[in-house]
Amino acid sequence: MISRLDEEFSFYQKALNLRSARQQILASNIVNADTPNYKARDFDFAAAMQNAVSKTASSLETTDSRHMQGGGASGVKLQYSMPYQSSLDGNTVEMDVERNKYMENSVHYEADLTVLTSRIKIMLSAITG
Amino acid sequence: MSLFNILGIAGSGMLAQSQRLNVVASNLANADSATSPTGQPYRAKQVVFSAIPMNSGGVGVKVKGVVDDPSPMKMVYEPKNPMADANGYVAMPNVNATEEMVNMISASRSYQNNVDMMTTAKNLMLKTLTLGQ
Repeated sequence: MISRLDEEFSFYQKALNLRSARQQILASNIVNADTPNYKARDFDFAAAMQNAVSKTASSLETTDSRHMQGGGASGVKLQYSMPYQSSLDGNTVEMDVERNKYMENSVHYEADLTVLTSRIKIMLSAITG
Repeated sequence: MSLFNILGIAGSGMLAQSQRLNVVASNLANADSATSPTGQPYRAKQVVFSAIPMNSGGVGVKVKGVVDDPSPMKMVYEPKNPMADANGYVAMPNVNATEEMVNMISASRSYQNNVDMMTTAKNLMLKTLTLGQ
């Protein structure tokens, strides 16, 4: 019974994990908007979600606190985003694009939360009758 | 939890942008300082940003260093000034007021952006805490 509950919620748990990982990557991009030679990064959410659903996500093992996490906790494949307008200092962060993605991602996160809440409520009403 | 890291990332950005704002303030305040403790006229300063990996994941930003502007000093003809050379010229700081104002606006916008980002992350976390209610 518990595993059935777990299965019921695990999809949304994975989605929320990926959304918050993406939120963090977008935050890194925005914060480095003025850093010379910084390259904006992002990942394909749909592909990462399919990957997470089809198999258990793995992440690189880190043996030192200074090691960078390879692809983050959710094992996503980071890609460099192509700038529409290149800048002279080698920075590829475009603030409007990144802010747009940041907002879109946070709305999706909230949507996932709302759906998960209603799922929990359905389960609760099934349990309590 | 990745959302918590955003607070650290946005915080590093706010710190870096406020340092940049600080340097702009020094430059503007010293736009007319013909001398300094070293005896040389004030040189405009610029911050250099560098991306740093945060130990909890994500990439933050920090000020790698403050560099002096290498452009030549403004030579102003003021024979009565005690700092004037044999030809009556005084070396004034190479501060470009227009450039500094633009830099200031850019830094304050970036700072606001970071605050905004932090607020969004905070709201998402609070919403997560009320999950299932």
